[in-house]
Amino acid sequence: MAELLLEIGLEEIPARMIAAAEAELARRVAALLARQRLLAQPSAGILTYSTPRRLAVRVEAVLERQLDLQEQLTGPSWKAAFPDGQPGPAAHAFAKKAGVPVTVLEKIVTAKGEYAAATIQRPGQSAELVLRDALPQEIGALSWPKNMYWRPGKPERFVRPLRWLLCLLDQTVVPLEFAGIRAGSISYGHRVLHGDSPVPIPSPAAYPATLEAAFVVADVAVRRQRIRKDLDAATRMLPGARWREDHDLVEQVTHLTEWPTVLSGNFQPEFLALPQEVLVTVMRDHQKYFAIEDQQGALASHFLAVLNTAVDAQGTAIVRHGNERVLRARFNDARFFWNYDQKIPLNDRLEKLKTVTFQRELGSYFSKTESNQLMAGELAAAVAAHGIVVDHAALEQAVLLAKTDLTTELVKEFTELQGIVGGLYARAQGLGEKVAQAIYSQYMPAGTDGPIPATVEGQILGLADRMATIAEMFAIGLAPSGSKDPFALRRAGNGVIKILAESNLPLTIAEIEAMATHCLPRARSWKSAGALQVFLKERLDFYLRETRGYAYDVVNAVLSTGLTTVSDAMARAQALSQVRGSDDLVAVSTAFKRIKNILRQAAEKQDLYGDSVVSEDLSEAAEQHLYAETLKVAPQVEALRARQQYQPALECIATLRPAIDGFFDQVMVMAPEAHLRRNRLTLIASVLNDFSRIADFSEIIPG
Amino acid sequence: MLQQPYDVEVGAGTMSPETFLRVLDPRPFSVAYAQPSRRPADGRYGENPNRLFKHTQFQVVLKPPPGNVQEIYLESLAAIGVDLRQHDLKFEEDNWESPTLGAWGIGWQVMLDGQEITQFTYFQQCGGLDLDPISAEITYGLERIAAFLQDVDSVYDVLWTRTPRPVTYGEVRHLEEVQFSVYNFEDADVEKLWEHLRLYESECQQLLTRLNQLPQDLDLDTLRRFPVLAAYDLCLKCSHLFNLLDARGAISVTERVGIINRIRVLAVGVSKGYSRMIAKTT
Repeated sequence: MAELLLEIGLEEIPARMIAAAEAELARRVAALLARQRLLAQPSAGILTYSTPRRLAVRVEAVLERQLDLQEQLTGPSWKAAFPDGQPGPAAHAFAKKAGVPVTVLEKIVTAKGEYAAATIQRPGQSAELVLRDALPQEIGALSWPKNMYWRPGKPERFVRPLRWLLCLLDQTVVPLEFAGIRAGSISYGHRVLHGDSPVPIPSPAAYPATLEAAFVVADVAVRRQRIRKDLDAATRMLPGARWREDHDLVEQVTHLTEWPTVLSGNFQPEFLALPQEVLVTVMRDHQKYFAIEDQQGALASHFLAVLNTAVDAQGTAIVRHGNERVLRARFNDARFFWNYDQKIPLNDRLEKLKTVTFQRELGSYFSKTESNQLMAGELAAAVAAHGIVVDHAALEQAVLLAKTDLTTELVKEFTELQGIVGGLYARAQGLGEKVAQAIYSQYMPAGTDGPIPATVEGQILGLADRMATIAEMFAIGLAPSGSKDPFALRRAGNGVIKILAESNLPLTIAEIEAMATHCLPRARSWKSAGALQVFLKERLDFYLRETRGYAYDVVNAVLSTGLTTVSDAMARAQALSQVRGSDDLVAVSTAFKRIKNILRQAAEKQDLYGDSVVSEDLSEAAEQHLYAETLKVAPQVEALRARQQYQPALECIATLRPAIDGFFDQVMVMAPEAHLRRNRLTLIASVLNDFSRIADFSEIIPG
Repeated sequence: MLQQPYDVEVGAGTMSPETFLRVLDPRPFSVAYAQPSRRPADGRYGENPNRLFKHTQFQVVLKPPPGNVQEIYLESLAAIGVDLRQHDLKFEEDNWESPTLGAWGIGWQVMLDGQEITQFTYFQQCGGLDLDPISAEITYGLERIAAFLQDVDSVYDVLWTRTPRPVTYGEVRHLEEVQFSVYNFEDADVEKLWEHLRLYESECQQLLTRLNQLPQDLDLDTLRRFPVLAAYDLCLKCSHLFNLLDARGAISVTERVGIINRIRVLAVGVSKGYSRMIAKTT
């Protein structure tokens, strides 16, 4: 039994790629060991390490030699090999090929008859040889989002140039080669704190400690923990302060450092007059600093930087001074842009939108704004008709000015703040809180997790902006197809659905399509044929499955029926998820599937059914019973459905199970008599129709 | 080898033929030069302490890159007085791409105490051609580094010389920043810029068309006389005019793609012509 260590030394790997590569390397090495019969036990301990300059994997229990393998080779038929009980030429040829004396050939019996066979021993190879030959391929097969060439002749592509390889089986070097580099037992330490001198690794087990002494924390979890602890410690020096939790940023700096330390710095409090959105964007996105806030959550004039080094007191002063200087310059930029932008109020920026192209055929953001106005007007009227209070004046102004921040210097500098900057400027320019909030939140939700706009005006603006984009892009033939979605229309559609689902706006997908194709001139001349509805329904399907976590068959069942509003679809999906496990409902859904099949087959044979059941033609007791039951249950279900009490409604449908089961047990639908057959088809068709309005149960897959 | 700055307007040191064309040649070559880089849209009327219409890049190209190119780079920082034991240094992913030149590379921005001081790129493609061997391109932003070393908040406060009296960067360059911002943002005649672009483009195209019509078995001496370098200058002129039009706000987002493509066609044509000549030479 030996311990294996593989380390790949690289020039700095992009932080965003490290975690996945570390996991993939471990997976590949484990699979290789298993495939090559080198794992002592299947669950052998596998440890992984990574820093910006290395990926490593350590396996505790590797066999020094593959297990021997016994293999039986099947040869010619016994009769052909031993014509008279004696080995003939065929037997000799086979024995030679198998590398065994002809005397040890045995007779085996297979399904095809008797055959000559040879049992051969395949001695296991040493782990060192197997790994030397097989590991390079695994290293080369690591998948990276972006690769490069670096050696003349371009023999291989990898994320960054490879600098060293280390591979040990206990104390023995496995001399594998990749990218022109032969593995040894040498690693390297921190660029500055340790310098260029080699770091010999005595054994796999000594790897983390040896590197630690060379100022490299190879274990990601340890490094992350150290950063969190240091962030806490640095914050304790600032009374009443805490650092703003930011998991993504912690991950990023963990993968940017080999020897992390935390440094606190300050900025002039007068910068706090800038909106905190701007300050935090500069600190987090541009400088990778952690923001500091007070007990009330307000930003304080400090920041925390995670360094990839440890510096003495003098160095600390220098590094702090440098980071403060950079941040000051960045904040100065932002303040400069803020003040500069104020010289031209948003209202005066409308004209400038004529020079900002939205899309070649659709024109400038000025015409985009006109489309948004039309769409928002329709939406607002529809929402108001449902009795929801909309501040139409504020909405109109918000829609009018929503895109004007695209002409500001601050948005040109910090594009991720579009919308937010417009909202902040609207507030600063006294346009009213409702206008400001709607503009501010127009791009919300940012992703599938983010919140939707808080105000009804913001929700309508967000819907109008996205729907106008989607409808007009569809109208000029730019609907997404397959993996092609250059204008991110699916994301826009996801936003529409999320706003509809999480607001109280009582709008259906059909209404929204009708509004868009009615009010937007471009969409009006286009024959949509329901394309927008299909598209939005797909987005709703995605939302219900991915964001809400409903099972795909539940979602299919709900979306196969007529749609009212998105929130109604959610209520039905919720109810169906609650009851789908019940035996009765599973039985009903199986029966509905059967009904569908029967009706389809009948239709193929031109066997038609009528509109209503003829009760005199119900000859069997079971069909009479089913008919009576449906007459009783249908109005109950309808009443519950009308009140959107979906779960009781579904439970009510489930009570039909005995009647349905009885019907299928005792009645032959496709009776030879035409009138009986027609009547029975009519009966089951009405069952299907009456009880498929909440969900199409035939879509349910029994768990 | 040390070269002089190229004397046609460029947006970056990469566009000097000493980088753009030289990397196409498979023979080893290493060069360094300072290159004034003009980016009209970055002008700030001299009012922003860190943003300039024209800044100076110190460009180093190593072909092929030595195995210890990063270490050599770190030594260069030590050489200008940066003691790395007293600073925080990170190589953060930053890939470089120039759609107008059909060029891209993989690399990092080098962060020193939170300040980007260098762009480090392994060139992969240039003028649409795969490079072999590749080159390492190290681009130092001289104004930033000077401000960093002198610890001043504004590049205009950088002390340029002490003799015969202290002269700052601002005294030397501020007027230029103001006037070119005014011209680039307000005064440049858009119609004339378009006209200039058309003229330079057609002159360049005319050369490239002739180049493409040259027989494949042309002897080296005749091929060497063909002015592909002049075609490249014309292509650079187009690129600069595009930047001016952009600063004037005269190019819509969609038009932009079209014009970038037009200039890339020129850059790719020049690269192919130059490579063809090199292939005959080596």
